[in-house]
Amino acid sequence: MTTITNKAQNPTAHLSPEDIEALGAELDAIRQEIIDARGEKDAAYIRKVVDVQRKLELASRATLLVSVFPPAWVAGTVGLSVAKILENMEIGHNVMHGQWDWMRDPKIHSTTWEWDNASTADGWKHSHNEVHHTYTNIVGKDNDLGYGIMRVDEEQRWYPMYLAQPLWNFLNACFFEYGIAAYDLELGKNLSKPKDKRPESFKKAAKATLRKIRKQATKDYVVNPVLAAPTGSFLPALAANFTANLVRNLWSHSVIMCGHFPEGVETFELNSIPEKETRGEWYLRQMLGSANISGSKLMHIMTGNLSHQIEHHLFPDLPSSRYAEAAPKVRAVFDKYGLNYHSAPLPQQVGSAWHRVVRLSFPNGWLATTSAKNLPSQLKLLYAMTTADKRKRRVMQRLLESAASKKEQTLAA
Amino acid sequence: MSTTTAAPVAAARAGRLRTGLRSLLDAAVTPLSVDDLLDHFAPLRPGAAVGLQGRIVSVESETEDAATIVVKPGRDWDGHIPGQYVRVGVDVDGVRLWRTYSLTHGPRRDGHISITVKAIPGGAVSQHLVRTARPGQMLQLAQAEGDFVLTPPRPGHRQKLLLVTAGSGITPVIGMLRNLYSRNESEAKAAYDIVLVHSAMKRDEVIFGNELRAHADAGRLRLIERHTDTDGLLTTDDLENEVPDLAERTAYACGPAGLLDTLEAYYGERRLTLHTERFRPTVVDVDAAGGTLTFAGSSAASVDTDGSVPILDAAESAGVLMPSGCRMGICMGCVLPMRSGAVRDLRNGELTVAVPGETHPDGVKIQTCISAAAGDCTFDH
Repeated sequence: MTTITNKAQNPTAHLSPEDIEALGAELDAIRQEIIDARGEKDAAYIRKVVDVQRKLELASRATLLVSVFPPAWVAGTVGLSVAKILENMEIGHNVMHGQWDWMRDPKIHSTTWEWDNASTADGWKHSHNEVHHTYTNIVGKDNDLGYGIMRVDEEQRWYPMYLAQPLWNFLNACFFEYGIAAYDLELGKNLSKPKDKRPESFKKAAKATLRKIRKQATKDYVVNPVLAAPTGSFLPALAANFTANLVRNLWSHSVIMCGHFPEGVETFELNSIPEKETRGEWYLRQMLGSANISGSKLMHIMTGNLSHQIEHHLFPDLPSSRYAEAAPKVRAVFDKYGLNYHSAPLPQQVGSAWHRVVRLSFPNGWLATTSAKNLPSQLKLLYAMTTADKRKRRVMQRLLESAASKKEQTLAA
Repeated sequence: MSTTTAAPVAAARAGRLRTGLRSLLDAAVTPLSVDDLLDHFAPLRPGAAVGLQGRIVSVESETEDAATIVVKPGRDWDGHIPGQYVRVGVDVDGVRLWRTYSLTHGPRRDGHISITVKAIPGGAVSQHLVRTARPGQMLQLAQAEGDFVLTPPRPGHRQKLLLVTAGSGITPVIGMLRNLYSRNESEAKAAYDIVLVHSAMKRDEVIFGNELRAHADAGRLRLIERHTDTDGLLTTDDLENEVPDLAERTAYACGPAGLLDTLEAYYGERRLTLHTERFRPTVVDVDAAGGTLTFAGSSAASVDTDGSVPILDAAESAGVLMPSGCRMGICMGCVLPMRSGAVRDLRNGELTVAVPGETHPDGVKIQTCISAAAGDCTFDH
């Protein structure tokens, strides 16, 4: 994909500034409806989810005390995985967004919540709530786009190192919580500075993150296995905790990839964003920069309702329990203003997001011009591009792009 | 000898073991604590992480629009003296609102406490407690407070009291009376000579009407009942006429601000002592636009602002170092606790009010980037 201002057909070209403000007003009205409706039922919902999650985690950890017995290991590991997913997705992420601050319950509040994740609540609230949700999908400004380690847009120049990005992405998925912690700290940027030039705020945050990681790892990999040791379950419990963290990491990574990475989700150029973006313009960017996952109620809960990514990005501070009912109204606004409401089942969105990761790991146009028949020659070309110097690579890139567009034209004809 | 030294050593060892076990279990459930988890099973136990709570045992209707809520308080409840009040946090439509109510029983044998609430038209909490609260629901509690309590009479001396109450102002006084007469009636009669002047709209709106009349019939006190519908508002002339020995009586008054102001002026002129209890100590002006922002914490600053500028911007232009984030109301990076005052959400005009003694003791957390002052506000910052 290409930032919308560089596309042949800008998907917002048909909207006048007045249209955009009118669209904003309609979304504000939906927002107000939810605020007026939220109440006791919603409060009961989040308390119930917290209650179920904690009891499930407790029961799973208790079961793992005897995880030397395979059925106990399986039940405990499944339970713990689900509990960790619920804690991060439907509870932690949403509570830290302030979705439940209106209840004025100091125990379920964005300012007091800490979650079961390597990333600290403070670090997460800055990088996610503030940077990602404000600058959604602006290339170079929203680090969620590729987390600074991947090529997620055609307009980013291709380097041979990007060939490995499917592998990076997979490793990032496996250890996602540490990836997030590093990303919240802007670790790459800060570590590249000489030690004495690193900002004080970074040193403080890094210390807090290391403390958090130590506590988290001690819990999962020392204390709980030690508690299980008397039944001979030390190693099984250790493996169960590792598996549950892995499952949670893979799941949350997949869900988050589906939110902004599938093919067809739009990105934006930094210099196309007006200095003073209006509310309508901000709404419009959120609408085009997010994708939903369709599915069952259970799937919505397990994704922390990030399956309603579009609704979440429009109203990040409204209770997740209300996104499902807002969705048809939001979709009607998309239809009315001729915009594409991007929604598909989970396997399709995950596949699409991975397709994009793989496609962009190659030079622009390479995957599109490759077929089973010409694979040997294409591989040779790729090898040549990888080993060529900058100037030659640029020439080959241009040739490849023109071949791809020619193929597109013949296909269209 | 050996037992006297062994016991403390054993106790200290047990204590160390308990602390050690506790930190081990806390490490097993971080970032939560064991207390956070126990709260889901036994919220009333001592040391609950959610703080002091109570469970509603019963809701008994007193008049058409007043009810007594009997509550089983958590084990950390320190007890109270009749006449004191308690701050109660009630979830109304999912939102925790804090109000103050007088405790209407003396210490009870079953350990329960009670408040009696009159449903005020439009009153979110009072309407909820009287009409929709049900046994089993939880309330947030603070410890009992207040010095509107009887001083015990000197031994062998009969203390003369004048109690003046109006409307729900009877609630702290009923607690005192119940406490006095539920124990040793003859002793209480010998200790106190009580005149109770109570004013209410009409006879069947008198909260605890039957109980008060029963006290009077049993000769425990002299009851002067005034019904404003027929007798008009209570005046100091009425009081002088009805209670000729007024000057000799220790006076306690509880009721609407108008009555208390009048009584305070009257007693002040005569240099007599009057104990009063005010239910609404602060009135917040919610119609104002703008006001003075006071940062009462380490920032120690005050800033004048109008009703159209976000508090964050106003404070920053005045040089106050403020926490901030997205500046559009989505990230919660700018949230500060407001101790008192009113703010308006610039997005939808919604008003949030903090009244000391009514809202949460730590204040109401508000987003400064999308809220403008709707009157003078005080923040912890």
